[in-house]
This record gives sequence, structure tokens and C-alpha cells, in this order.
Amino acid sequence: MSFFNFHDPEVLRTWLLSLIIFLPALGAGVLCVLPIRSDQFFKRFSLAITVLVFLLTVWLAIPAGDSSAVGHFTLGEPGMQNVVDHEWIPSFNIRYFLGLDGISLPLVILTSFLSVLAMWASWSIDKSVRAYCALFLLLETGMLGVFMALDFFLFYVFWEVMLLPMYFLIGVWGGPRREYAAIKFFLFTLAGSVLILIAILVLYFTSNPHTFNMLTLAEIGQMPDSPFHQTLLWGKSVSWWAFVLLFIGFAVKLPAVPIHTWLPDAHVEAPTPVSMILAGVLLKMGGYGIIRICYPICPDAGYELAWVVCGLGTVSMVYGALAAMAQKDFKRLVAYSSVSHMGYVLLGIGAWSATAEFQYNTDYWTMGMSGAMFQMIAHGISSAGMFFLVGVVYERVHHRNLDQYGGLFARMPVFSGISMVIFFAALGLPGLCGFWGELFVILGAWSYSKVLAVVAASVVILTAGYILWTIQRVYLGPEYKGPHGDALTPMTRREKYIAAPLVALAILLGVYPKALFDYVTPTVQKTVVEMKDWSEQPKADSQSVGWVERSEPHHRKNPPKKMVGLAPLDPPYFSEQPSVDLQETEQP
Amino acid sequence: MNFDQLLQNVVGDTIGPGGSLCAFRPELALCATIVAVLLAKIILPGWKSSAYYITLLGLLAACFFAFPWSWQQGGIPAAKSIFTGALIADSFTVVVRGMLLGFAVLFATFTQMTGVWDREDQAEFYVLMLGSLVGMCLMISANHILIVMLGVEMAGVPCYVLAGMKRNQPKSSEAALKYAVFGAGAAGVMLFGLSLLAGVLGSVQLPTMTARLIQIIHNGASADQTLVLALGGLMLMVGVAFKLSAVPFHFWAPDVFEGATAEVAAFISVASKAAALGLLVRLVAVFSMPSALTFPEGISLPPDRLAAVADLGVVRQYIVALLSLLAAVTCTFGNLAAYGQTNMKRLLAYSTIAHAGYMMMPVAAAAALVGSDAVGAREAIAALLIYLGIYLFMNLAAFAIVAFLRNATGSEEIADYAGLVRRSPGLTVCMAIVMFSLVGLPPLAGFWAKMTVFLALIDAKLWALLFIGALNTLLSLFYYLRVVKVMALSPEPLHREAPTIPLTSLVGSYCALLTVPVVALFFLLGGVLYWARAAAHTLFN
Repeated sequence: MSFFNFHDPEVLRTWLLSLIIFLPALGAGVLCVLPIRSDQFFKRFSLAITVLVFLLTVWLAIPAGDSSAVGHFTLGEPGMQNVVDHEWIPSFNIRYFLGLDGISLPLVILTSFLSVLAMWASWSIDKSVRAYCALFLLLETGMLGVFMALDFFLFYVFWEVMLLPMYFLIGVWGGPRREYAAIKFFLFTLAGSVLILIAILVLYFTSNPHTFNMLTLAEIGQMPDSPFHQTLLWGKSVSWWAFVLLFIGFAVKLPAVPIHTWLPDAHVEAPTPVSMILAGVLLKMGGYGIIRICYPICPDAGYELAWVVCGLGTVSMVYGALAAMAQKDFKRLVAYSSVSHMGYVLLGIGAWSATAEFQYNTDYWTMGMSGAMFQMIAHGISSAGMFFLVGVVYERVHHRNLDQYGGLFARMPVFSGISMVIFFAALGLPGLCGFWGELFVILGAWSYSKVLAVVAASVVILTAGYILWTIQRVYLGPEYKGPHGDALTPMTRREKYIAAPLVALAILLGVYPKALFDYVTPTVQKTVVEMKDWSEQPKADSQSVGWVERSEPHHRKNPPKKMVGLAPLDPPYFSEQPSVDLQETEQP
Repeated sequence: MNFDQLLQNVVGDTIGPGGSLCAFRPELALCATIVAVLLAKIILPGWKSSAYYITLLGLLAACFFAFPWSWQQGGIPAAKSIFTGALIADSFTVVVRGMLLGFAVLFATFTQMTGVWDREDQAEFYVLMLGSLVGMCLMISANHILIVMLGVEMAGVPCYVLAGMKRNQPKSSEAALKYAVFGAGAAGVMLFGLSLLAGVLGSVQLPTMTARLIQIIHNGASADQTLVLALGGLMLMVGVAFKLSAVPFHFWAPDVFEGATAEVAAFISVASKAAALGLLVRLVAVFSMPSALTFPEGISLPPDRLAAVADLGVVRQYIVALLSLLAAVTCTFGNLAAYGQTNMKRLLAYSTIAHAGYMMMPVAAAAALVGSDAVGAREAIAALLIYLGIYLFMNLAAFAIVAFLRNATGSEEIADYAGLVRRSPGLTVCMAIVMFSLVGLPPLAGFWAKMTVFLALIDAKLWALLFIGALNTLLSLFYYLRVVKVMALSPEPLHREAPTIPLTSLVGSYCALLTVPVVALFFLLGGVLYWARAAAHTLFN
């Protein structure tokens, strides 16, 4: 197949997706060799690249309708779209396998969108700008790759690619304790990713024929006589171990209490744009990994350990909110609020209510998981906004001590107005983006465990407590008495332009959440229905080996690229999948 | 058979068509090069760089002879023993020898560039290197106790001299003495172990010894025999562990690496280690499976091969336990000890120790697998060879950068690398790539090394070893990252000559040349994989 035959939609799709992922990396390479020494040029060039990538991802998000343009998204289609599948390392069956669905597309757009804003917020960086821009672009490649990769190996590579630029971005351009924060971030994430790697390799080895294809692995994991059921160690199955290892790896990134301690340090020390990316995008990778990988591939362990997932989520919520309340440092407060907000994601994903007790009703779990997805996007907007706003005032007064603020409303009225919107969005005020995620998560959790739902709902009060208290301490009050009072100038035009899209999105998603749910829900529903189908299966003997004989070696090599018109309740991605035919699909 | 007939047979076997000498041409080329280098020093005293060019020519000739040209037509030939069973010529020999020779080419160029030797000493240096190389080639193709001993000594003794070749530096002499004393001790223990094995098994040829071993186990070994055999195996392992710098026989490594020049340290760290691993694989392969080769003495295997394989189960268990323990301890200790180092060469010495631990893991996996799944065992050996091939580039690049920086700044302390990124950004990027590759992060080749080893461990179900390997990846991050941190993040000291080494300079481009494969091999693993699998192809048959 020629890679330059642009009439072939397959080729075009390959170029489009690859361009989105690798354009930033390419830009970074060009930056390194350009014989120009103007810092302003480096920033403009990088901004141009991020804008270009953003436009390309927007192209992906345009609903396809009747047009036959390559790359547009078909709304209501739950399966993978824009699938790109090429051979990479045949001896290990590793493929260059990319695709998008309702779960990954919003995160891809969030990434490219926040990258533009963060790059623009980087105007205040003036130390080794060339290296900064190059590392930033490299980071964007890693982030986009994680959300688009469907080959486990590829996923892992992008996951790690993100690590090095982040280390240097925090370690070189960060605050006073940057080196400590950078190595702590690196260490925690690497510990998590080593566990992920082991899980990937064990799954690869257990599948037969060996594969890194996430969709195939999910299909195998959901079979009634899946090879993942065989005992691995200490009486637990492959599936159980893989789930635990993967979950710990992703929970580090999320982060969930008690492995969240890297986050406050990293956020506080990182420069403002990097904090925006950290909170806005990197944390979402944890949630994405759990939705995309943990549950579909290891449903039985997810079922068994649902209480752990939900419990951790609730503990994170409460602990994060309480810790945020105790902070004296503005940025640390925002960082702990992230821990609290990401707890909702965990609770929404984990609340496995489609059980026999509820006649396998999937509605509530779909609600919870969609809420978790919505919460991720909403948190991406509000937390990036909050970090940006903290950065704006930090650049002026060079401190973040909450006790020394006050009276900003009088000095910076526009800034304060924007802050109110963003902070209230984080709080979950109806009409702003934070509301829907929290609401749906709590609704979803209700049918799983009333206690957890009540606790989760009351965390909203804690959140309101620390946010309102913060607003009172920072913006209200008669006048600013802290250091550098003269520097409190109104927002510059650039700062307003960066904040405006965040405010607009916070309001838009608040009043019209359907814009996002339309993309997310079909895929989430498909995932949930698959889980439900799995839990309805009669449980097979764990030592069964029948699977090996039944499967033909290469029947999954060429999955259908796009399957239009499937009803959401008819989930199989691969039409040959036998497990779906085996069970009765009686509806309650 | 009278003496004359015997002589006829030997001559025919040696120089006849397709005879033993044919497979031995690379080693002969090396020997010829040694003579040529020494002669050139006498005949052409005016030509100062003669030694380097002759060495390079000789090495390239050896590479030419070593390259398996015939594989393209005929596929990989089966293993055969040469020199009446003293050596074994198979794809493993071919590939590892090719690796050693390729390394030697890069290494000779590297030493010529750093100019560390006086022009007067150059000839001696290359002669010693080539001599050591011949010994290493013998080690990896050993099929006979004598050759094992000969190879280990031939590879080792020139290294002792190389370590002490900087005559006017006391540290260098100390390193040489320490190395020699330790080496002699280890060799003595190994020789004693070999004599115990030979005494019980009544032979000195390795496959024959295995055949006897099977007979003994089959008939029920007495307690005394078991004790002596176990002790012999343990003592044999002492010698190999010394060459591998495996804990607890690693004490020489940091001191030798610190005292010797960075160039010599690179040679010991890569070539010597590769040869030791080659020997380890040979020993494990021969004692864990009855060989399919015919033996000159006419000893045939027990008729039921499966029973013979099963009889060796206890030997395999012994090997797996021994190697797993050594690997786990070596790996963990190396990484922990590296944490406190301030001298770059000492740090790399402990890093070498840790990597030796990693590289023993797939050998243990192979030994665990070979009884039930020879394909899996071969795959594990292939993992080792992938590791070795990638490790060659990573470590040579690391030592090359250390040597070039020593030439520029006169220091090998990590603290003196502070702020290097501002003067030599290209070199710092190279170093960072190498260090992260040594940790095993994608998208760098070091990741494949780790990953294939982990795959082998999963296949062999050695979970404890897998856990230790994963934990060590984490431990190793600290000290590799510290080097990068000092170079990139720390402020530049006020009083230092600026070591400006742009990538466009000769030495800079050499570093870049070594770093490119560290990145490129991640994306293009196919070639490495082909050679690694080809090498393992003839093992465990």
C-alpha cells in the first residue's frame, strides 16, 4: 500500500491521525535545529503548532452527518472510529493501531485545547526558551498518543514518552523545590508504569495468539471461558492480577489517596502552564486508563473489586476536600481540590450497579460512567483555569500565601469576575460545567451504595466550604495588604484571551451538557452493556482450555474499520465474537 | 587405530575441506593481526599510528570472516564441534563473536580518538586488546574444560595489564593488582571446581560430561557424588561470576573501573561481560540438555532421550536456583550501591554490576524452560542477546562521553559535570538518552532489553525474579537520573574551563554515532531480533 495515495481514505486517515500525534514532536525537532535565537520566535512557532494540532482535532470532532469527509465523527456510533492499523514489529505482533471513540475523542480535544492555552500562558517563561518549547511539544505528542493508541505497547510507549519532558519541565522551570518535586513525580509515575508494563506483558503472554491489541484483549477478557481466568499466583487469576497492577498504575496518575502525594508537590513547584497541563490532562490519563483498559479487559476483577474502587474514590473525595481546606498556599489548595474532584471519577466508574440484584439494569452505571467522563472534561477546564488564575496573581505579587491576599476585587475586577466563574464551576454550581459530572456520578452511585452516594453528595458541602472561603480570603475584603501591592495591575489582553475560552466552555457545558454527552454516552453505554453481558454469563470453570481450540489464529487481524448504524444495545465490535451469541440477552 | 592413522584423521579434520580451521578463521585473523602490529612497530618505527590502522584492518578482516555469508543461501547450519570436540561452532558462536568483533572496531576507533595512550604504548595496547579478544572468542565457543580455562585466562590476563597500563598513576597500579589477585583467586577456585567435576564424571569434554552425569543420575547418585558435583558446579560458577562481576565476586569492579582509564573500563564492562555471559550460556546449555552432537569417544546418549532430559531436571533446578539467587542479589546490590557514588566511573561500575544481574535473569529463565519448552528457552537466550546488543551501544557511549569529558575537563567526578547542558547541549542530550536507556524507558532501545527479559521471566513463571527486576528498574532511576540532573539542572560552577564539545566535532559525532542506535533500535528492532533468534537457534537441540 502506498502511503502517498491520497485518494485512499485509509491512507488519508493514517496521515491525519499520525499528523495530530507527531506534528508537535516534529515541531520540537525543527525548533532544536533552527538557526534562530529569538525567544519570541520559539514561543510563536510552538503556539502555531499547538493551534494547528487543535484545529486538526476539531476537524475530528465535527459530526459526520451525510458528508463523506475523512475523519469526521459519527455521533451515536459506539465503536472505534478512524481506525488506523499498520504493522510495526511483526515478531511481537505489535501494531501501529490508533482509533477514536466517544471516550477518547473528548479527551484528545481537551488535550489539544489546553495545550494551546498553556503554550500561550508560557509567554512569561524566559529561561532557555528553546528547550522549554521543544519539551512542551514533545509532551503534547505523548499525551495525544496515549489517548489515541489502541495497541497496548504503543499506549505504554506514549505513556512513558510523557514522563521525561514533564520531569524536565518541572525540574528546570519550576519553583524553589523543583528538583524534589520533579523526581517525586517521576518516581511515582515510573513505579505505576512498571506495574502497568508487567500487567501488559502478562496479558500478552496469556492471550493466544499473543496480542497487544486492546480491543482483542477486551474481547478475550469478556469471554465466558477466557484464558485470563487461569490461576496466576496465590490463587488469584491472571485477570485479577492484571486489574490490580493496572489499577494501581492508573490510580497513581489519577491520583487516588493514598498514592496522591506526588501531586501537591508537582503542582506547586511546576510553572503555571505546566500545572495547567498536569491538572488538565495528565490526571485524566488515569481515569481514561481505568475506563478503557481495566474494566473491559478484566471485568471479573472489576466486579470483585468494585468496592475498593468506589471506596478509594470516596476517600479521595473527602480527604482531598479536607486537605484543601487546611492549605495556606493557594496553589496547594487547588492541587488538593484536584484530588477531591478526581475521586468522583473513580466513584462514577466503579459503581457497578448492573448486577442480578438490579435485574442487570445498566442505566445507573451508564449514568455514573458518563458522569465520570463529564467530570474529567469539566475538571480539565476548571482546574486548568484555576491554575492559570493562580499563576496570574503569582506573577504579580510573587507569593501564594492565602492569608496575605484580600481585596483583589477592587484592584483586578475582570480577573476576579473570571475567577468567580471558574471557581464556581469547580464547586459544581448548577449552570456551570462542574455540576453535571458530580450530579450524574452521585446518581449512578446511589443504586450501588447509598452510603457512598450520601458521602459523595456531602463532599459538595466541603467543596463549597473551601472554595467560598478561598474567594473570601483572596478576592473579598477591603484592600490588599500583602507584599508587592503596587504590582497588582489588571489582566493583560493576552491573559484575558487565555481565560475567556475557559470561561466560555465552563458556561457552555453547564447550560448545554448534551454537547458533550452526545459524544460520550453511546460509547460508555456500550462499555457498560458489555460489562453487564459479562456479569450475566454463567461462570465457566476457571481451568477451561477450550478457548485455544476454538479461535482461529488470525481472524482478528482486520477488524471492520467503521461500523455505522449499530444500536447502542448491540455492542460487539467484532461480528465474529462468539461470547455474545452464547448468552441470552433478556432485558428486565 | 595406530598413531599414524590418528594423525591422518586429525590433519584431515583440521585442514581438510570444511575442516575446523575454516570455522576458526576470525580467530586466526586476530592472531595474525597481533603479529603484524608487533612487527610493524619494529619495521616501521616512524609510522606512529601504525598499530591502530593495522588493528582496524585486522578486525575488519576478522569481521569479514566471521560474518555468516552462507546463511543467506543455506539457512542456519546445525551446530558442529570442531578441533575434535574442543570447540563448538554454531550460530551462537557466530553471532556473539560478531558482536565482540564489531564492538572491537568501535572500541579501537574510540581509543584512537581519545589518544589516551602514548604513541609508544599504542602497539602494546592493541596487542593486549586483540589477545583478550581471542580469549573471549574461545570462551563463547568452549566445549571442553581446557578451553573454558584457557579462554577465561586468555581473556583475563591482558585485561589485568590493560588496567595497569597508566604506569605513573598509583590508582591504576592498585587497580591492576587488585584485578589480578582477584582474578587469580577466582580462576584457581574455578579450576578446582572443574577438576572435581572432571574427576566424578570421568571426562573433560563438556557434552561427554553431561552424558556421564545423566548416567550417574539415572543410576541414582550417591550422597558423596551429589555433594562433589554440587560443589564443583558452585566453584565453576565462582569463576564465571567473577568475570560477570556478580555479587559477591564483584569487589574488584568499582576499584578497577575507577583506577583504569575509562577506555579500559569500557572494554571490561562490555566485551568481557559479553564473553562471560556467552560462557555462562554455553555451560547452562550443555549441562541442562543432553547434546545432540556426536562425541569423538563414541559415547552415545541413553537410548530414551526424553528420560535423559527428565534425568537432568535436578541439574536444571540447581542451575535455576543458583542463577536466580545470584541475579537477584547482583541486580539489587548493584543498584543500591550505585546510589551513593560520586565518581562517574564507579557509578558506571555498579551500573555494570546491576546489568550483569539483569542479564543473568534470562539465562535462569532459559534453564527453567528448557526441560518443557525448548522454543521458550531459545527465546529467553534471544532476549539475553538483544540485551547484550543494546547494552553494547549504551555502555560504550556512556564510557566514551566520560572519556571525552575527562580529556576536556580532567575530571571524572559527577559534580564536575554540573551545568554541562549550557556548554555542550548535544553531548548532554546524548548522555541523557544513554542514561534513560539504561533505566529502560521507551522510546529508547534499553526498553526492549528490559521488556524481552521480563517476557522471558513471565514465560518461565519466575515471579520473584520478575518482581525484583521491576523493583530494580525503579531503584536504578535514582542514580541515572542524578547524572542527568547534575548535567541539565544544576548551575554551572564558577571556576571551570568550559568543556565545549559540539556534536559537529569529531568526538561529538562519535558520541552521536553511538547514541543514534540507542534510539533507532527501539523503532527498528527487527534486525536485532533476527540475529538474536538466529544465535539461539542452534542451542538446546
